[in-house]
Amino acid sequence: MVEARIVIIGAGPAGMKAALSLVEAGHRPVVIDEAQRSGGQVYRRPSPAAERSPRALYGFEAARAQRLHQGFDAIADFIDYYPETLIWNAEGRTLDLLYNGQNQRIAWSHLILATGAMDRIIPVSGWTLPGAYTLGAAQIALKAQAVGIGQSVVFFGTGPLLYLVAYQYAKAGITVKAVLDVSAFRQSVVALPQLLTGGRTFAKGLFFLAWLRARRIPVLRGITPVEIVAGTDQAVAGITIRTAGGKLRHFDCSGVGFGYGLRSETQIADLLELEFAFEHNHRQWLPVSDDNGRASTCGVYLAGDGAGILGADAAELTGRRAALVLRFDLGETELAAEIDTLSARLNAMRPFRHALDHVAFAFPERLARNVPDDVIICRCEGLRAANIRQMARDTEEIDLNRIKAFTRLGMGRCQGRVCVAAATAVLAGAATDMSSTGRYRCQAPVKPVPLRAFLGGCDEQV
Amino acid sequence: MNRFDVAIIGGGLAGCSAAFHLSKRGASVALLERGRCGAQASGVNFGGVRRQGRHPAELGIAQRSHALWKDLARLIGTDGEFRTTGHLKLARSPDEMADLEAYRETARTFDLELELLDTKSLRARYPYLGQAAQGGSFCPGDGQANPRIVAPAFSRAARALGATVLENTEVVHGRRDDGDFRLELASGQNIRARRLLNMAGAWGARIAAWFGDIVQEGVMAPNMCVTEPLPQFIGPALGVCGGDVYIRQVPQGSVIFGAGYGLADRDRVFARPLADVTAAGARLAVSIIPRLADALLVRTWTGIEGTMPDGIPVMGPSPSTEGLFHAFGFTGHGFQLGPAAGAVMAELALDGETPTEIGALAFTRFNRSSTATRTGC
Ligand SMILES: Cc1cc2nc3c(=O)[nH]c(=O)nc-3n(C[C@H](O)[C@H](O)[C@H](O)COP(=O)(O)OP(=O)(O)OC[C@H]3O[C@@H](n4cnc5c(N)ncnc54)[C@H](O)[C@@H]3O)c2cc1C
Repeated sequence: MVEARIVIIGAGPAGMKAALSLVEAGHRPVVIDEAQRSGGQVYRRPSPAAERSPRALYGFEAARAQRLHQGFDAIADFIDYYPETLIWNAEGRTLDLLYNGQNQRIAWSHLILATGAMDRIIPVSGWTLPGAYTLGAAQIALKAQAVGIGQSVVFFGTGPLLYLVAYQYAKAGITVKAVLDVSAFRQSVVALPQLLTGGRTFAKGLFFLAWLRARRIPVLRGITPVEIVAGTDQAVAGITIRTAGGKLRHFDCSGVGFGYGLRSETQIADLLELEFAFEHNHRQWLPVSDDNGRASTCGVYLAGDGAGILGADAAELTGRRAALVLRFDLGETELAAEIDTLSARLNAMRPFRHALDHVAFAFPERLARNVPDDVIICRCEGLRAANIRQMARDTEEIDLNRIKAFTRLGMGRCQGRVCVAAATAVLAGAATDMSSTGRYRCQAPVKPVPLRAFLGGCDEQV
Repeated sequence: MNRFDVAIIGGGLAGCSAAFHLSKRGASVALLERGRCGAQASGVNFGGVRRQGRHPAELGIAQRSHALWKDLARLIGTDGEFRTTGHLKLARSPDEMADLEAYRETARTFDLELELLDTKSLRARYPYLGQAAQGGSFCPGDGQANPRIVAPAFSRAARALGATVLENTEVVHGRRDDGDFRLELASGQNIRARRLLNMAGAWGARIAAWFGDIVQEGVMAPNMCVTEPLPQFIGPALGVCGGDVYIRQVPQGSVIFGAGYGLADRDRVFARPLADVTAAGARLAVSIIPRLADALLVRTWTGIEGTMPDGIPVMGPSPSTEGLFHAFGFTGHGFQLGPAAGAVMAELALDGETPTEIGALAFTRFNRSSTATRTGC
């Protein structure tokens, strides 16, 4: 019988910080992450062949990223780190992993979930064309492989990431044709008082904007995307939008990146059978926790964007807090004061985040609910918005799991990770309460697993 | 208070089909379903629609169901994606081949047109099969369907004919007095009916017990796996002697296989597949079709199914209570039977009898000792 371990899922800022705080106290956690290297989405490290200076990779965040990476590298001998390892299932107090192409199992005594987030998308005509990427994917291409998504690119959607990615691309020497934000300028004005509390983060945002404008990169606000246009090669050749003033405008480009903020990755929490609640603030079902990040199952702690989007700085704090609370639960009661301080700091960050996500870059609810009929929602199954609306009408259903059963929505490779949020909005239609569409349940595997992984005979323990 | 000719507890495929057949004959019907119609076993099963391999006690009703499956589009407005791809049952040893031959004899009176295949003709016809398969028995009329859409389509058709379909409606207790059944709902309301059909799947024995009909009903959760879409190559639905793995390829290309059992908790109405069962199932599936080794597993699932000690369902009148009829405990193979189970129960409720041979499924068999074994999926 292999001893149950403290396991951290995710090696982004939350997971890395948690590992550091556990090692501090003499624990030897297991850290598991799908990526080749630590850093998570925001502080992703390039593959060794594409190594660049921290400054080039992380811009303003270089010092912070370097500090985190150095800290994490320094504890390499004190943790068991499994990169490129997919957790495909969670069951009771064990995790099933895809490691080196083989299926393996690990038992945990304590579990820190720092599973991060992915882009929230609103489908638009042409979004499945080659050359169209989410903002996150565009950023990964640049950071990990040092290649862009095209020679000349347009970014659209909304949220802080929109400006950051545009800045990173322009900085890397790629032609950014335009930055097109569905949020109106006046929303930022309204949010200004709270935004100012963001201090450094807010300043960065202003800087990106100024920097882009100084380079005469058009930044348009209050736009509505109309269509990503295909060229003769059936790949992205441009994008057509409607301006705030109502005029159609077209930009030629060979790549587009788009996104509308982030949503938490909660599949593992779901497989762990944690309690969930619909969080209207986050527009999604999230695992519930107490004030200090303890999940509903004893021994499970939530950290980082996987528990609700708060951003990278907050992720470091919740990561550290998860580790401290875990240590507290193991008997280090003297940590109470520090835990309270961390929680207070986190609470102080909320107004800024709220202003950012709900006012300045508010999710364009109308756009999401009114995706035109002919636009593809679920690319794996080739379902268009009309198919979903039609089925909902024919069967008088708005329950996601029923619509899934009837239409195959979300039954392809992505298992709904990409399309379900979009389908939820389409189904909700005119309904005021999004949660009325029910909760789309995750079923293992979290991501596809080759059957070959199971052929190794008896499944070993990590 | 609402009074109906017939009340049905359980909106699975069997109950929905009963509601449809009763409404077609003009009876006033209430279909009472705790959750959504066809969301339990009937909506999440493997989708195998086969007669081959069934216990002879089921073959009469299975034949009747077969006719209904072929007629589904006309009856309820969708064919349920039923396809007569045939069902190929594989033997992995000479002993198993002998079993297949013996079964052909057993089923001879039922017109299943079973064709036995030796190793050579099996390889020639199904070159994708691995070395494990040494022979087979092919039933050309059997096939497969999409379980997610069939029961809901029956419930919609029943509703269109005037049935009262009450979803999210749990029956918490029932009794019979003054010749009427009184059903107490979780909402506190009551329903009255002259006849009662207990078609509550894995929860059937509980309802039977309200009326003093006592039987042990177990529970099982067949562990199901599905791959990414692959180009069409399999053809028939595949099974094996012993039933430890079954495989089919759906029209959209994905390959579904089932093997082993996950967890089922009937009280919480909760079921989940298990990773080690999935792993063992993958090995079995690959032993039958080696090229599946390169396919990606995209989803696993399971459902809650009632099992009877002798592996065949209960169907027929209550031994204790007049006007009460049971049909539950299909033990992993009631999807194919569902349409006819509804037709038969409708006849029992309205006529007190049915032309279909169901005597061997009677509740009263549990008063005697029984030795028959489970027949598998
Ligand atoms: C994973 C799996 C794979 C299978 N594969 C196959 C296959 O390939 N081929 C095949 O022929 N069969 C298969 N089966 C079996 C088949 O699915 C079932 O035998 C069949 O669906 C049973 O139908 P039913 O209507 O009796 O039960 P269910 O579909 O379970 O319906 C019973 C209904 O009763 C309701 N209910 C229970 N108690 C109450 C109450 N108190 N008040 C109100 N409502 C209540 C439940 O909510 C439920 O909806 C499989 C089963 C499973 C789980």
